[in-house]
Amino acid sequence: MKPPPFEYCAPTTVDEALEHLAEHGYDAKPLAGGQSLIPMMNFRLAQPAVLVDLNSIADLSFIRPTDDGGLSIGAMTRHKMVEKDPLVAEHAPLIYETMPKIATSQIRSRGTFGGSLAHADPSAELVCVSVALDGEFKVVNKQGERWVPAKDFFLGLFTSVMEPEDLLVEIKLPPFPERTGWSLMEIARRPHDFCLIGVAAVLTLDDKEQCQDVKLVYLSAGDGPMEAHQAAKVLKGQAVTAEAIQAAAETAASEDIDPSSDIHATADFRRHLAKVLTRRALEEALGRAKGK
Amino acid sequence: MTNQFKLSLTVNGNRYEREIEPRLLLSDFLRHELGMTGTHVGCEHGVCGACTVLLDGDPVRSCLMFAVQAHGHEVITVEGLGSIDDLHPIQQAFWEAHGLQCGFCTPGFLTTLVPFLEENPNPTEEEIRDAISGNLCRCTGYENIVKSVKLAAEKMRA
Amino acid sequence: MTKKYIGKRVRRNEDPRLLTGQALFVDDVEIPGMLHAAFVRSDYAHARILSIDTEEAKKRPGVVAVYTAEDMGDDWELGPPLVSPPPTLEDVVFNSRRQAPLAKGKVHHAGEAVVCVIAESRYIAEDAVEDIWVDYEPLPVIVDIEKGIQPDSPTVHDDMDSNLAAHIHQKKGDYEAAKAQADLVLKRRIVIDRGAAAAMENRGIVAYWEERSQQMTIWDTTQAPIPIRNGTAARLGLAENQVRVIAPFLGGGFGPKMMMFYPEEMLIPWISMQLCRPIKWIEDRRENFYATTQERGQIHDVELALSKDGRILGLKDDFLHDTGAYDPYGLTIPLNTQSHVMGPYTTENFSSEIKVVFTNMPITTPVRGAGRPQGVYVIERMLDLAAKELDIHPIEIRKKNFISPDAFPYDHEIIDQAFAPLVLDSGNYKPVIDKAAELIGYDDFIQNEQPRLRAEGKHVGIGILPFIETTGVGPYEGARVQIEPNGKVNLATGIGTQGQGHFTSFAQIVAEQLGVKVSDVRIVTGDTSEFHWGTGTFASRGAVVAGNAIHAASVGVRKKVLKLASKILETPEEELELEDGLVRVADIPHQSITLGELAALANPLRGAVEPGTEPGLEATDYFGPQYGATAFGVHAIILEVDPETMMIEIKRYITVEDCGTVLNPLILEGQIHGGVSMGIGNCYYEKLHWDESGQLLNASLADYLIVTALEMPKHIEIGHMETRSPFNELGSKGVGEAGAIPVPACFAQALESALHDYDLEILESPLSPNRLFELLQDKEK
Repeated sequence: MKPPPFEYCAPTTVDEALEHLAEHGYDAKPLAGGQSLIPMMNFRLAQPAVLVDLNSIADLSFIRPTDDGGLSIGAMTRHKMVEKDPLVAEHAPLIYETMPKIATSQIRSRGTFGGSLAHADPSAELVCVSVALDGEFKVVNKQGERWVPAKDFFLGLFTSVMEPEDLLVEIKLPPFPERTGWSLMEIARRPHDFCLIGVAAVLTLDDKEQCQDVKLVYLSAGDGPMEAHQAAKVLKGQAVTAEAIQAAAETAASEDIDPSSDIHATADFRRHLAKVLTRRALEEALGRAKGK
Repeated sequence: MTNQFKLSLTVNGNRYEREIEPRLLLSDFLRHELGMTGTHVGCEHGVCGACTVLLDGDPVRSCLMFAVQAHGHEVITVEGLGSIDDLHPIQQAFWEAHGLQCGFCTPGFLTTLVPFLEENPNPTEEEIRDAISGNLCRCTGYENIVKSVKLAAEKMRA
Repeated sequence: MTKKYIGKRVRRNEDPRLLTGQALFVDDVEIPGMLHAAFVRSDYAHARILSIDTEEAKKRPGVVAVYTAEDMGDDWELGPPLVSPPPTLEDVVFNSRRQAPLAKGKVHHAGEAVVCVIAESRYIAEDAVEDIWVDYEPLPVIVDIEKGIQPDSPTVHDDMDSNLAAHIHQKKGDYEAAKAQADLVLKRRIVIDRGAAAAMENRGIVAYWEERSQQMTIWDTTQAPIPIRNGTAARLGLAENQVRVIAPFLGGGFGPKMMMFYPEEMLIPWISMQLCRPIKWIEDRRENFYATTQERGQIHDVELALSKDGRILGLKDDFLHDTGAYDPYGLTIPLNTQSHVMGPYTTENFSSEIKVVFTNMPITTPVRGAGRPQGVYVIERMLDLAAKELDIHPIEIRKKNFISPDAFPYDHEIIDQAFAPLVLDSGNYKPVIDKAAELIGYDDFIQNEQPRLRAEGKHVGIGILPFIETTGVGPYEGARVQIEPNGKVNLATGIGTQGQGHFTSFAQIVAEQLGVKVSDVRIVTGDTSEFHWGTGTFASRGAVVAGNAIHAASVGVRKKVLKLASKILETPEEELELEDGLVRVADIPHQSITLGELAALANPLRGAVEPGTEPGLEATDYFGPQYGATAFGVHAIILEVDPETMMIEIKRYITVEDCGTVLNPLILEGQIHGGVSMGIGNCYYEKLHWDESGQLLNASLADYLIVTALEMPKHIEIGHMETRSPFNELGSKGVGEAGAIPVPACFAQALESALHDYDLEILESPLSPNRLFELLQDKEK
């Protein structure tokens, strides 16, 4: 299991990286943490002709609070750095809770925040959590830059709006409104495996403690991060009772997600688990929303 | 395509310079170019943890890095932790608590645990188990590894 | 006699090297000029090879040679038959089909080696593998043993008209008559699926033919270097002493690293002779899932006939066994299953018919447990059902049927893997299960704890059951013990080692006789230049068979020491003692001589060695047991299951083991921990998913789930009992596989107990969260 040959460059600036990407087009692949790409190369399932290694671009590794009280994270910031940063705990509690659940410590030492998003794996925690949090992604190329909302970024299985000459450089996460609770729940065969099903829940209550807004985004539940719009309708404007939660869970499991079957779980089992986790996640989010 | 890269890095405190192909995995570089065969290769897809080394102090899978990427960085392998006559406290604890059997996975556990115990001098059982959950061992059932980590923590605190 | 070294918790001699990265594993061998091999492996499970185009590969810079089966010419021959069917068995059908070094004409399973590329690096060799084009004509694929045994099934082997690899029927008493008298006859189908051994180190081999010295040196990840040496010499037309096989440190074995004569073991030494260069092949993890042997696939149709008070009147177990594409390892696994299905129980009327089936999947050979877990699963599941039906306490129904302590040695009258009727050497079973029940608090759990937890909404269950393990089978092992003039002791034995702590437990056996420090015994295992008689490390036989040979050789050296020291110290032998590396006169400690001095005197540079004596303080001896030693144990488990998510947590795990004389409790406990972890994998995590076309859907450690520290119970509570084996001097019994054997059966009992509201009946292994969900769904329907 040895990787095939490739041409290698390690630019130190974003501009330089964009030059390489523009020059090689579809032949090139940016190398971030490499924790998904390199195993695929070792299996020879991926054979990029040119690797543009982003690890020497120091400018892409940062965690900064934004003016509105949210957070801005550089695409090449390593998971471990996000996991340990007190700013994250303060400004993005759902991210803070998510980080230790991503793979294993050795993978988190090397894997990057932006790399995980650009890979667009629907089983990846950050993919779903970034949608649940209404994140925004800064994508640049030689022509310029654009901000893409997380919900529009992911197009399907391992595909996003990114073109070969594009680079994801920064992720913005807005702050939570008042009276907001959150939860990330996953069921995996072993805790650090890709989950059989998972859900990121963000619930905001109004001043009457009714559901003002809710986002439920599912992992491993379809070709991309699966946002439960129907289930959200069930809850919005309603008192968040056990019955309402159950109704939302059933709606999400039956209408909003589109899981497939594989060796670890059938689609039926995934729907069942989605129902259970939705209930548990909403209960946790509700408790937190009330606690604020 | 034989584009060779000039690589310069520090391994266990010593500086090395080699001309290598960019696709050479760090694990293979350490084992076969430098002859440091203590780093073991069990899966080459980042799951088993046997190849874990420290890169600038952080535990990483050396099978999921190209050696060129270690250019200018500092790597520590199991050979850099302690010697037969002067074992690292974690190595000593693994010996005393029977934390290894075939010993193939052991280097990856040891390198994972060095920064873990430095950051968590008094870890709970749960924290220990989570910390080593990225390392597979087929011989020990992990119980004596956990015991070794507790013993090592005691030794390192003392 | 109280022991000074045996039975002590001695930390291991081998650890400092392993802990510092200084221990030699096969992939660590570097030889100047060494070349690297990679294989083109079949993408198809069953196909005719129409043509192979290697031209592009040969042109690639760095490629030195490319071999197909045709390129081997007359040197292409099938692997040797490794284990024949027992000649003691009557009316056995056995169709021997063996693997080839490279597939010729046809491939019989996915991953079978078709072309071998030799290049300057493994990287280049893998590039060249992608250059090679093999044209296949796909053929019908057999992955289901039940379909495969149907008369109209397509066949795996062209020259056979069915897929029946073997047929054996063993019986005693009269099952049908017993059934006619029974109060209860239970009949079930039980299905057990395949798993992998998945040692952390994959296989590998380095072969170095030195033309000038006419010597072949092979470093091989084998548990059995001597058979590999002898077989390699025969294949290559060399004298046995021209071939040296070294099994250095192995990163786990668990069975599949036995003397398999894998294609790579046949081919790489041959290529080294062709090219006169050292050649290295290291299996990668993907190859390991296809090219290394596996185990456990069986389908049982079992009937248990009982009296209403729970006594077993008769047992009938007919089963299909999946041998994969070839059957070089004979009937070891199914015979183990057959003998262990009777287990620790008096079974007077028994009938068991085995059909071994060829499939288009990798070969099955023993994996830690070797057929025993299946046998234990079958009988214990049936006894659980019987206990329920007859409303008998699950422990009581077992006790009722245990072989009583005065019945040993007990003859089960069924030929087992040792080719002799299975004779259980010794045991006292009831106290073992009582001790386990007490440790886990069985009755209190059922009466108080479980209802209390259920009232809190928790589903927590308990399981407890016994098992036997036949261990320490022949034919024999040997050892040579020698005292050096520096007072240190050398020990050489032929078996290999894969992490069992042989460098320590064997040293303890030597130290016991010679009174030296355990760390002063230097041990060589698995190097045929040091010792070349023996078979290997498998069947939980190291401590028993090699252990007793080492004991015998140590006793031999002790005799020589005493004889010589008696002369020099002018004291009768019976007044001498061996302690602290000295021979001294008891009660007169200053009158002594060191072992080193004695060793020097025993090998004089001048004068004559007396006729009838040998120079040196050295002895070689052997041990060949007529019967194996049968270990016994009981496992008990408390687990919680969340019936919403199917996630489980093992709360407590208890084992009480009787493996005879314990050599080193530290090592013993480690063996049990490891066995249990593999057993837990077999329960709920590890399963090889083969699709209908014979492709493995989870050929990676990301999808083949080995348990991590998070799935294991925090503590495995171990209780020991010690019933010495009367069949060997040390009184030891094997334990290497014991931990793994009863786990799936015990797990199933505990899971049914946890989900008793659902009245679940578990008749398959392994389970998974998904499968458990399906079983519960079926119950709700």
